[in-house]
Amino acid sequence: MISSSPSTSSPWSIDLLLRCWQRLAAAVAGGVLLLLVAYLIAESLPALMRIGPLALLTDPSWHPLEGSFALLPMVMASVGIALLAMALALPLGLAIALFLTVYAGRRLRAIYVAMLELLAGIPSVILGFWGLVALVPVIARWQAPGTSLLAAALVLALMITPTIALLSHLVLRQAAQTHALTTAALALSHYAHIFRVVLPVAMPALASTALLALGRALGETMVVLMVAGNVVQFPASLTTPVRSLTANIALEMAYARQEHRSALFVSGLVLLLVAGGLYFLIARLQRGDKEQAPVESAA
Amino acid sequence: MIRSLRQRPWSDSLLALACTGAALLLAGIFFFLLWDLVRPGIGGLSWQFVSTLPAAAGRDGGIAPVIVSTLLILGVCLALSVPVALGTAIFLAQQQRGLPWAAWTRRSLDLLAAVPSVVFGLFGAVVFCELLGLGYSIAAGGLTLACMVLPFMIRAAEDGLRAVPREYHLAANALGLSQYRLLGAVILPAAAPALLAALVLAIARALAETAALLFTSGYVLRMPSSLFDSGRTLSVHIYDLAMNVNGGERNAYRSALVLLVLLLLINTATHTLSRCLSGKARI
Repeated sequence: MISSSPSTSSPWSIDLLLRCWQRLAAAVAGGVLLLLVAYLIAESLPALMRIGPLALLTDPSWHPLEGSFALLPMVMASVGIALLAMALALPLGLAIALFLTVYAGRRLRAIYVAMLELLAGIPSVILGFWGLVALVPVIARWQAPGTSLLAAALVLALMITPTIALLSHLVLRQAAQTHALTTAALALSHYAHIFRVVLPVAMPALASTALLALGRALGETMVVLMVAGNVVQFPASLTTPVRSLTANIALEMAYARQEHRSALFVSGLVLLLVAGGLYFLIARLQRGDKEQAPVESAA
Repeated sequence: MIRSLRQRPWSDSLLALACTGAALLLAGIFFFLLWDLVRPGIGGLSWQFVSTLPAAAGRDGGIAPVIVSTLLILGVCLALSVPVALGTAIFLAQQQRGLPWAAWTRRSLDLLAAVPSVVFGLFGAVVFCELLGLGYSIAAGGLTLACMVLPFMIRAAEDGLRAVPREYHLAANALGLSQYRLLGAVILPAAAPALLAALVLAIARALAETAALLFTSGYVLRMPSSLFDSGRTLSVHIYDLAMNVNGGERNAYRSALVLLVLLLLINTATHTLSRCLSGKARI
């Protein structure tokens, strides 16, 4: 190649070193996931082999010290809490995103977005603490003991609503801007503009936002650990105290041994698989979105 | 078709009402939450609270060892994650998007970002506490957090590096600069505000994390004497006071406030700093 003067170039060995560092760093970063999956599977194997995956679902109760390992009630609790939180947060977040996109002026929007970012930045342990001291007593006045599926879902909804609103706002704004001139030329009402143009165009991206939020809700530990009550049972009603998969790991990992410990790793593996499944769905949605885009702009 | 799309004032105003109502509702909850968190804690907040030793399992006294442990865990986390993240981000930013090796790394990082934090805790407990023999320690907790913040740091840093104008690369190549010079004199200074933002994002995540630390860095409330001692972070302290200590609420409120103020300070500081840096880069 072209020879360069010594003042602008360093000896080749530094460049080589830099290149090695980058390769090595990328290998380490990419390897973390492989290691994580490998160790979770390795630690889950004893339970899967000795107890069996079927017993983990059909055992009558969760008494790990007496050899009874039922994960199903906790799976149901996790799913119930996450779905209820989503049912509350999704309409609220979407309505706020619409408010920001369509109704709010520029100043108000900037202030509101800053508030959402602050709210999204509050650590989950603080939200859980607030739920415990402020929300749980209110529910307890209605139905003791107060720590319940409902309390967990409410705090969780508060946690994921800002994320849903911020991400949906980005999506909606883009969709609205792309078609602003067309809908203005057609003299569409706000209502028609939003429901017939903006929302249908933004639907795949909104769906992936919702899946992202669902993933966070299913994986959240601290909020659920602090306000859901931590009783292992099927969620019979809104005010039943329940224990989620994540809370179970956090509660028992410190003293769990042998099969008990391995059963906790199985629940970790389940959480990992759910996260992976959601990730692939999101990737699929986004890919579909990209393939669709050129057709739309051509039309 | 056209008739159904025409002006329908009642549906318009109903929609406006619903959206504004939702926005007001969340703003109301936010201010109520803030008021509820700040009011009970603000009275007892003083330099003394931050700098004295706790008493009666944290019920009384201050949080000095908790602050020290938090900073040590954060230090271990950043000391490991920053070099790896920066190297990976530079590597990924140089590669074409379609390359299989880079695409695989990126995909595995995206998936890593979706893994729940408690699963990182399980991973850290096996690999760092047992396999490396660190036990419940600040080092193990920091290592676990480093794995957890890695994908977020890399993603933000890579975006920042990619935003550096192509002309800078071309000009540097035309001058025959070595990669060392290209990075040190051109790319990194130009991307400095974005890299700083990536760092802050990681710090905020690490400070907020609790679940991954419960069984990697442990619960011990004593002042740590080395990196191999167990120590609890502010967020673990809040959790423990709220759940396991009777009458710990008063100090839990104060600790929560300390954590919130810390996060706010870091955010404001970087906003200011990055504005200064980007101002300089323009000249």
